[in-house]
Amino acid sequence: MPLNRREILKIAGCLGLGLACPPMIYELAAKTKRPGDVPASALTAGSWGMAIDIAKCRNRCPDCITACHEEHNVPSFLDSRHQIRWIGSEPFGAVFPGQDHRMLPESLKSLSVPVFCNHCDNPPCVRVCPTGATFKRPDGITMMDYHRCIGCRFCMAGCPYGSRSMNWREPGPAVKKINPNYPLRAAGVVEKCNFCEERLAQGKLPACVAACPQKAMTVGDLADERSEIRRLLSGGLALRRRGELGTGPQVYYLWRG
Amino acid sequence: MLEKALRGNREYAALAAALLFIVALGFHYYLKQLEYGLGLTGLSQDVSWGLYIAQFTFLVGVAASAVMLVLPYYLHDFKAFGKITVLGEFLAVASVIMCILFIFVDLGQPRRVMNLLLYPSPSSILFWDMVVLNGYLAINLVTGWAVLTADRKGAPPPPWVKPLIYLSIPWAISIHTVTAFIYAGLPGRGFWLTAIMAPRFLASAFASGPALLILLCLILKRFGAFDAGEKAISALAKIVTYALATTIFFVLAELFTAFYSRMPEHMHHFEYLFVGLEGQTLVAGAMAIATVLTFLALGLLISPKTRKNEFTLAIACGATFIALWIEKGLGLVVTGFVPSPLGKVAAYGPTWPEIAITLGIWALGFLVIAGLYKIFLAVRSQE
Repeated sequence: MPLNRREILKIAGCLGLGLACPPMIYELAAKTKRPGDVPASALTAGSWGMAIDIAKCRNRCPDCITACHEEHNVPSFLDSRHQIRWIGSEPFGAVFPGQDHRMLPESLKSLSVPVFCNHCDNPPCVRVCPTGATFKRPDGITMMDYHRCIGCRFCMAGCPYGSRSMNWREPGPAVKKINPNYPLRAAGVVEKCNFCEERLAQGKLPACVAACPQKAMTVGDLADERSEIRRLLSGGLALRRRGELGTGPQVYYLWRG
Repeated sequence: MLEKALRGNREYAALAAALLFIVALGFHYYLKQLEYGLGLTGLSQDVSWGLYIAQFTFLVGVAASAVMLVLPYYLHDFKAFGKITVLGEFLAVASVIMCILFIFVDLGQPRRVMNLLLYPSPSSILFWDMVVLNGYLAINLVTGWAVLTADRKGAPPPPWVKPLIYLSIPWAISIHTVTAFIYAGLPGRGFWLTAIMAPRFLASAFASGPALLILLCLILKRFGAFDAGEKAISALAKIVTYALATTIFFVLAELFTAFYSRMPEHMHHFEYLFVGLEGQTLVAGAMAIATVLTFLALGLLISPKTRKNEFTLAIACGATFIALWIEKGLGLVVTGFVPSPLGKVAAYGPTWPEIAITLGIWALGFLVIAGLYKIFLAVRSQE
């Protein structure tokens, strides 16, 4: 018996519903599994921030990068187009284009500076995300939900620091040694520095801070006047990356050279 | 009426078969991309949007241009467009379908696309783009279909169509404005951070869309035994002329601001766009072609003699369409990423799978146009 138009429409509707349902059920199921309370030993802050004394940075020292990437199962691809970076190291002049000039002392000109997510006060990546997969925590950390990200990469266009990376392909095979305490990501989602929120929750300092042999990096509570980071910042000039954009970066670069 | 799209002469069947073949090829590569990830494309951490998003941006313009038929006909009672407004609306339908598909194939996690609805985020321009694009698709599909159905019965369109058509006018402006806002609101991307972005988008859309429509009308005249009428074609040609001239003016205004201010973060992008930086000249090479085509088209369109001659008009429209396709469908998106925020001049060139997927979606779009126009011709020839 040939189908009439009404019947074809009915079947098409059912098919469409069938296709749409599984992702919805997954999402609803995921919602019930949110992490519970934070243990008492956790490191907490009203407003997290970081200060880096770049004069202490030894040139081309990879320690913070290695520690971070091993901790978070960041893959290393041979093809630089696909290379994922939570922390990178860039020349001073590229990081602070406004401060670059011919008279810059050689010590700064040749200096490589660690760069990562600035956990901005007013983050464009959070504003542009169409699903809320990138969001701001009350304590100032700009976070990502890898399970909600649809991989549209609007955040990568929005970030004025190049701090976000896309998983252009399956990262698993390119992770040298898998850390079972941190999830592997899937292909097709964006990722970035998470301020080691998983370590803070266990009472540990971020991996980069802990790994730095020069003790050049300091994390702390910017809302607490007596914190170490506040003491450092009150001691002189601190640079922030592209402060003129109004993003309010919370990573401060100190020069006490 | 839908069955009319399935019946046709041999040429129509051959066209449909050829387009279907390209669609199948594109789909084949899309399956590969699904399996491997977007790493199959030429995109990178620095140039994170490319050919797909650029096609989407360009096609939003083609879709929006239907308003250039609807507005004169319904608001100014310009009767010559009466015969072809439905063609404009159907072109918009096909374009929006392509737009949505280009966004879809660009997603890293297409299975999660429903997250756009499950977690609506009004602060994101992409959310609003989804709203206006789907709305525009619905409006054009419904109005075009209703007008054509009424036509077939020899009756005037039902009264509820009129308000919907009026709504389609600001809605068409909105789709391109919102699409421009995707780019124009990002701090730190000097090339896109310009208030003239939305006006520029609209101006180039009103050149490229009507140019394509003229070409389609000329094809229908030759192969479909349908004459849009000289008056309609010449009015459309004038629209293309003014819109193209306005587009050139807007780009020159951008160049002035970038180069007179000499602000590096604005200037460097335009250097990359027109001459290339650090040996990366793919985009600049394409833009050189676009520049030549633009001025060729402008010359042919300004002179009344060549504008009224069907052959030279077709060349002018083809040149306009290709030039603006290069400008939007390649230049505008990629240049925003080069140089990168860290000053890197990254290389970008689409890969073969990326091109095949792109062609597949274009072929699907043309298949939709062919089918809808076939229905249109079948209904009109009954009278």
